[in-house]
Amino acid sequence: MRRFLLIAIPYAWLLVLFLVPFAIVLKISLSDAAIARPPYFPQFDWAEGIMAFVRELDFENFIFLTEDDLYWKAYLSSLKIALTATVLTLVAGYPIAYAMARAPEEWRPTLMMLVILPFWTSFLIRVYAWMGILSNEGYLNQILLWTGIISEPLTILNTNTAVYIGIVYTYLPFMILPIYSALDRLDGSLIEAAEDLGCSRAQAFWLVTIPLSRPGIIAGCFLVFIPVLGEFVIPSLLGGSGTLMIGKVLWEEFFSNRDWPVASAVAVVLLLILVVPIVLFQRNQQKQAEAEK
Amino acid sequence: MSRMSWFNTVSLTLGFAFLYIPMLILIVYSFNESKLVTVWAGFSTKWYGELFQNDAFLNAAWVTLKVAVMSSTLATILGTMAALVLVRAGRFMGRTLFSGMIYAPLVMPEVITGLSLLLLFIGIGLDRGVMTIVLAHTTFAMCYVSVVVSSRLVTFDRSLEEAALDLGCSPAEAFRLVTLPIIAPAVISGWLLAFTLSLDDLVIASFTSGPAATTLPIKIFSAVRLGVSPEINALSTIMIGIVTVGVISASLISKQALVRQKRDEQAAARG
Repeated sequence: MRRFLLIAIPYAWLLVLFLVPFAIVLKISLSDAAIARPPYFPQFDWAEGIMAFVRELDFENFIFLTEDDLYWKAYLSSLKIALTATVLTLVAGYPIAYAMARAPEEWRPTLMMLVILPFWTSFLIRVYAWMGILSNEGYLNQILLWTGIISEPLTILNTNTAVYIGIVYTYLPFMILPIYSALDRLDGSLIEAAEDLGCSRAQAFWLVTIPLSRPGIIAGCFLVFIPVLGEFVIPSLLGGSGTLMIGKVLWEEFFSNRDWPVASAVAVVLLLILVVPIVLFQRNQQKQAEAEK
Repeated sequence: MSRMSWFNTVSLTLGFAFLYIPMLILIVYSFNESKLVTVWAGFSTKWYGELFQNDAFLNAAWVTLKVAVMSSTLATILGTMAALVLVRAGRFMGRTLFSGMIYAPLVMPEVITGLSLLLLFIGIGLDRGVMTIVLAHTTFAMCYVSVVVSSRLVTFDRSLEEAALDLGCSPAEAFRLVTLPIIAPAVISGWLLAFTLSLDDLVIASFTSGPAATTLPIKIFSAVRLGVSPEINALSTIMIGIVTVGVISASLISKQALVRQKRDEQAAARG
């Protein structure tokens, strides 16, 4: 009985508040928009039975998504932004993780804490901090004008550049931590052996360090790529009207256009796109867990 | 390696400068006299004064705190149960679905979680407000808690619990007196994680809140959409300060606990 309750309570909670909502999204994505409350059709009616209800559902919204080029452009541009930002975060994060793993032992807990601290600080505030830096009369332009590097203020805020800066800034800890933990476990004598066998420092780095830290690199890349794909806050605060990201499109479709069926269809397609990286990420984590055994 | 190469020193310095300078600028300019945030006009704490006069912000802060306390507590209870199920319950019908439902919310885009929960609440006719935000936050935070707690449970030595049972404890007593104290650090960090996630969440709260319940992130978001403001800088500084004190004291406490544990183990080994 106890075991039953232990399983049943969290199970029921997740069924009702995770799986059922999901089924509703799927259902509404197949419905039509209607000027009513709630604004979609058909409503489920017990009297008419399930078949009458199912007959009313169709793939119209999905067809609409392929016809209006706003949507597929937004998906493509989200993929492009997420991919580029992941590479940028890797390039910025790897040297930091590497240096942390090479730092004196007694510094490492402090360095770890310094990486984790921003993660606990409000995401919204960390994105907001860049608005003051990147705006036309912002701190960055002030410094650049004052030092005479530029004579006209640069427009950075409300462009894709600002979005990239914001993503790298907020997701950097997610990249650093898995790479650091892979590098921390790395046996230093392997690098010495490579150098003894005639590798230069750079060769030893490319041939030994990078391949051995690969699980950390892969985990870090997925931890950045997956959430960035559906990101809303960064494109809406730092991006401009030209920044197309699907999280923002979904938000506007729902809150501004009030088209629930299309918003649901956008969500379903986003999820289908995410299935691939999520499955790959899971496989990587499993392989790593088995390797550690 | 005891000495750091210049390359490593440079990357650490640049990396941490990048991580911290934006927040430092925010903090410094929250004490700026001028309404124009980018022009320094002398030291002043007036924006803090104005912040504490602003009822809308104070109300939102109160709502946020209520939601965070309730949802993180519920999430900790449910998440710990889920972790016990994942690690200990063995096989049962629908186990794969269960673990799928625990891991899926961790990678689900917030816009989708928010949208789907909103559609559920409307579907069953639940009025949106504090209640619905609590339900939403509990659901995604319990998954984080269960991941944290189950990673501790995996390394837990079950013979300790068996010993307690042999010595006459009921299963409930054994759980309360043996298991819970040992997994307590993980449960506490799970609660803290759930609490911060709830404090921080904008997207899911925007979908699931009604006009009656505005949380602080929703309030901040609608304010900063219009641009940088000194009041928001002051608010951000307070929030950064609280988190910094919290994280540093938590890490000091866990360090002390680790030292004490090591000492006890050494004492036990010497016997």
